[in-house]
Amino acid sequence: MSVPILKQGDYLIATIQSALSDSGVLELRDDLAQRVGKLRSRGIIIDVAALDVIDSFVARSLRTIALTAQLRGARTVIVGIQPDVAVAMVQFQLDLAPLETALDLEEALALLDQSRRTAGARER
Amino acid sequence: MDGETAQVASAPLQAPEIDPSLLRELVSHLREESAQLREEWVKRIVDARLLGVMSADEVYSEATAVYDNYVDALETGSVESLQAYARDLSERIIQRGVETHEVLGIVLLLRDVLARSLFRRYQAEPDLLTRVLDSYEPAANRIAVTVGVSFVEERERIIREQQAAIRELSTPVLQVRDRLLILPIIGVLDTQRARQLTEQLLSSIQANRAKVVVIDITGVVTIDLTVANHLVQTVKAVRLMGATAIITGLSSSIAQTLVDLGVDVSMIRSVGDLQGGLEEAERLLEEAAVVFDDPPGPAAA
Amino acid sequence: MPENGEVKFEILSDEDVVPARAEGRALATELGFSRTDATLIATAISEIARNILVHAGTGELRLRPVFEDRRYGVVVVARDSGPGIPDVQAALREGYGSKGGLGLGLPGANRLMDEFEIDTAVGRGTTVNMTKWRARDDLERLRAKRGPAA
Repeated sequence: MSVPILKQGDYLIATIQSALSDSGVLELRDDLAQRVGKLRSRGIIIDVAALDVIDSFVARSLRTIALTAQLRGARTVIVGIQPDVAVAMVQFQLDLAPLETALDLEEALALLDQSRRTAGARER
Repeated sequence: MDGETAQVASAPLQAPEIDPSLLRELVSHLREESAQLREEWVKRIVDARLLGVMSADEVYSEATAVYDNYVDALETGSVESLQAYARDLSERIIQRGVETHEVLGIVLLLRDVLARSLFRRYQAEPDLLTRVLDSYEPAANRIAVTVGVSFVEERERIIREQQAAIRELSTPVLQVRDRLLILPIIGVLDTQRARQLTEQLLSSIQANRAKVVVIDITGVVTIDLTVANHLVQTVKAVRLMGATAIITGLSSSIAQTLVDLGVDVSMIRSVGDLQGGLEEAERLLEEAAVVFDDPPGPAAA
Repeated sequence: MPENGEVKFEILSDEDVVPARAEGRALATELGFSRTDATLIATAISEIARNILVHAGTGELRLRPVFEDRRYGVVVVARDSGPGIPDVQAALREGYGSKGGLGLGLPGANRLMDEFEIDTAVGRGTTVNMTKWRARDDLERLRAKRGPAA
């Protein structure tokens, strides 16, 4: 039950289908770490729209993914957090920092493109 | 669902006073006489001007079903199938406009009609009649309560559905332009209302793909610790959904009070008035848009 | 199923967490809890179940509906025969193990539920008892305002 990871240009997109087991999460983490390195991706987008609960374990795992990706020069954006899940996370005081969030895939791509352009502009 | 029903359902129809063999006998009597007693009942319903919204045929056909279920309930001692039937019946007739007093009325009339029939049959033997009524009455009363409660619950369920629908339609979240929402909050903000508003706001963000929301609290009566914490939580939740929240109407003196109270105001992006907030929102949206439209520079590749 | 509608879950591995919290959500939804509150309950169950796995290895979770004071609630009882918690106050303190640390999840679950009790002692295992009440809807609040006669 592994998470499908797609490549879109310089980015990797992982769509979580449903509640993952611990091993599934670890598998995802390792998968992404490997591919980011191999493909020199600049960004990872993780779609969690199918998750009806985001608990401390999931949050920790997402953070680990982001930190690992950061070591390889990639940004991580989480998309698709459902309204009720967002409320639960806030009430639970689950902090996703330093992860970034966006509403959906489109927004995440725009966000990642945006930072790369401003980075490009700065270099000029 | 209601706690009272749980109590009704748990006690069986067979109370200690009920004599099972006697009950069996009176049930078979009620079945034998069913055609005649049903007619008598329908006549009483019409005389009492109940179920006016239904035609004579409809009344008769529902009466037949109710009568059969009633007698079955007397026989089996179980209210479960009666409850299920009563809810189903209620759902149908509530839509037709039948009211609570009518439902209670017709069930009580049926109880009376059947009681009189038992009177007629056993009146020659007073002791036996007493025992028959001892068996019949508690069972009949339990049935009346069951049907009544089921009807009321069904009615409440429908009211709740309507309320939810109304709430959805009359959401206070306004879309002023693409990607921008305003939530003006007016009046008293208690925990319940704050939760509802947050839920509606977050749903709207998702539905409208908003990037910026302006929450205007100029009209909020009291801004205390509870309200402030709700605001902070809402701002955080908005951020998790990939949008930015701007609070307007938060005066600097109130902001100071909140800081003193220990509220984490660092999360709150605040602008004095609504107009200013909208301008700030427009600015944020443009910043993002401008960068999207820029052609990629050679160095970015 | 026992009379009081209780459902029991053995928590033996991480695969047991999801069914337990799915049942929590289902129960809450059946009782008319809002979607958000159902998620809060499911999240609290997830945390507590995970807590059992991390600190005791195995344990059990029991869920049941209750009706008190004219409102519905979901009661979750988590029990394990683990080492017990030496300092409950510390365990419930904000920030203790919540982010990068042991991740006890207790303060979080505490924040999500309305009532929260821990019964624990070193060497005696731990029992967590938590309840969430369904918020009164408009109809119920109206009735409560009118008093018992309604």
